[in-house]
Amino acid sequence: MNDKPHLDEEALTELQDVMEDEFTVLIETYLRDSFDRIQSLRDAIKVSDADAFGKTAHSFKGSSINIGAPRLGELCLKAEEAAKDSQLNEAAAVVDAIETEFWRVEETLKRFLA
Amino acid sequence: MMESQPLRILIADDSDSDRMILKTLMKRLGHQVRAAANGSEAVAIFSDYQPDIVLLDVLMPVMDGITAARKIKAMAGEELVPVIFLTSLTDADALARCLDAGGDDFLTKPYNKVIIQAKLGAFNRMRQMHQILSQQRDMISERNRQLLEEQQLAKRVFDNIAHTGCLDADNIRHHVSPMSIFNGDILFACPRPAGGMHVLIGDFTGHGLPAAIGALPVAEIFYGMTSMGFSGSDVLREINDKLGRILPTGMFCCGAMIQADFVLNQLRVWNGGLPDGVLFRSDGGRELVPSRHLPLGVLNTPAFDAGMDLFQTSAGDTLLMMTDGVLDAENESAERYGEKRLWQALDAVPDEAASDTIDILLGAIREFTGQQSGQDDLTLVSLEMVIASDFNQSVERFPQSALKGPAEWHCVYEVRDDTLAQFSPLPLLLHICMEVPGLRRKSADIYTLLSELYNNALEHGVLNLSSALKTSSDGFSYYYSERDRRLENITGHFIRFELTHSQTGDGGQLVITCEDSGQGFDHESQLVAGSAGDQQSPKPSEKPTGSDAKYSGRGLLLMQKLGHSLRYTECGSRAEIVYDWALTTKRPGGWS
Repeated sequence: MNDKPHLDEEALTELQDVMEDEFTVLIETYLRDSFDRIQSLRDAIKVSDADAFGKTAHSFKGSSINIGAPRLGELCLKAEEAAKDSQLNEAAAVVDAIETEFWRVEETLKRFLA
Repeated sequence: MMESQPLRILIADDSDSDRMILKTLMKRLGHQVRAAANGSEAVAIFSDYQPDIVLLDVLMPVMDGITAARKIKAMAGEELVPVIFLTSLTDADALARCLDAGGDDFLTKPYNKVIIQAKLGAFNRMRQMHQILSQQRDMISERNRQLLEEQQLAKRVFDNIAHTGCLDADNIRHHVSPMSIFNGDILFACPRPAGGMHVLIGDFTGHGLPAAIGALPVAEIFYGMTSMGFSGSDVLREINDKLGRILPTGMFCCGAMIQADFVLNQLRVWNGGLPDGVLFRSDGGRELVPSRHLPLGVLNTPAFDAGMDLFQTSAGDTLLMMTDGVLDAENESAERYGEKRLWQALDAVPDEAASDTIDILLGAIREFTGQQSGQDDLTLVSLEMVIASDFNQSVERFPQSALKGPAEWHCVYEVRDDTLAQFSPLPLLLHICMEVPGLRRKSADIYTLLSELYNNALEHGVLNLSSALKTSSDGFSYYYSERDRRLENITGHFIRFELTHSQTGDGGQLVITCEDSGQGFDHESQLVAGSAGDQQSPKPSEKPTGSDAKYSGRGLLLMQKLGHSLRYTECGSRAEIVYDWALTTKRPGGWS
């Protein structure tokens, strides 16, 4: 079970402090990259490329942890592990969970920016 | 918050948002940053940006972080450029692979400003320390090169001054390591003008150039005074005095002086601070020659005792002396060779192989230390007593100067009163004669002539002692005690030498006259007494030796044989000797 919070408010505040004016750009960059990554994950499943799937999940995980979205990071780790065991059938379900969590993070982040 | 100085930092991460965060973090910390989106870009930037620290994501497209780290470490060469991996890896094997690739540390996501700052600071200190160490290492190796160069130069200068003398003579065996001078070890040998030789073996305190410095004056004094005819004791006194004046407190020279006389078959040895020497008798006996004195350069001149131990020897007797390095030789377990092993090794030397003692001993020491190279600290010398004529032949090999020198000259030197008892003019007079290059080979002859003339003038002329006293052993000791007594009270007396040298076709002529203030002596009867049964010029091996020799008469005979002519006038108080020498022909007289 994933009991990590959707967003780590404390981490986000610190990030905001560091990035100052560029915080908005950072969040936008993250959201755009994440959207692309979800697409890449789905593409990889289509062509059964476990390696590409794993690498994308790994990067996605790192960025999500850094931005302060630990629950999404945890889901990405699950996807990465599934790829490692070449369980791409299982992975499809994880990508669904990732996408659901991502919409939630996006919504919250946009509120945070406003 | 600014660390003392801004660092140049290279970041490689394929994730745009992660790269942004890190880049901004670094800038906020006051550093300069260049960022790359993969390993290949990072390697390209590295070569012209020359960053102080590199941060690499592990998994990147085109070139991953591990490959990039290997390339960057190779490009950095000897310089330390810390590589820190950015990772959310948790797998221990994967982390270990990063370190194997040359990574120095990890930074885990999410990034923490405080930890990043602390790590940058730590790695910057490490980088600076490495830089300082590298610079110091380069400096040390450069200094070391200079030092070796200087040592080589110093060794060349030293070898010129402290040449090996007659160490290659047939009766000497020795071992010194090639750079022994920088261990403070010295070993010199020099033939004496009157025949025989001096050997000086020594060991200065300390190492390196400071230990070598003292060797220079010692060599000059040793060779200079020995070839001028000074005795071993005189040379020791002068060396001790010189070293006492020039060496700092706590620096001195343990040493031994050996004076070998192959005519009288005598060894005189002075040992100051070296291990016991060993005299191997040709009949199998062995005698120790222990240190009886403080090292050279310790005592001031009045307190210094230059008295040498006298050993009556026969041909084949061999004296072995060595420096401390022999006892101090260490094996791998840092045990000293020590006296016990030394004596065991010496006891094992067969009597008939006494002259090979050095080789046998060196073999035993090397077996102990387990080291075959020449990097030892051992100095050993052995001197075998030989037949006088054999030695003279072996000394003939030493090169002769090509300088012209003075050919036409005349000098008068007069010694008066008290000075007659305290001072010998012989070295000075010999020195003057030795300015003539052609005469240098004849130094033994010249010295003999000068000393016989001088001793006759002093003892029979000035002191009015009768040489007849010396024919019995009682008289012999009476003669010398009387000589000392009369020497204490000389007034109104003189001995005057006149030396005249002129050039002849292929050589020269030296005329020596020696006049004294005495009443003259009956030289006629002495010549007859001394020459009885010994009329024809004897071969060298038949020279009188032992107690039956008529020392008193021999002096005159010898002079007659060496000189072209010997003439006494003024009732025997004025003697004149004409000595002819030639470069190409054999020397006059048969004494060689």
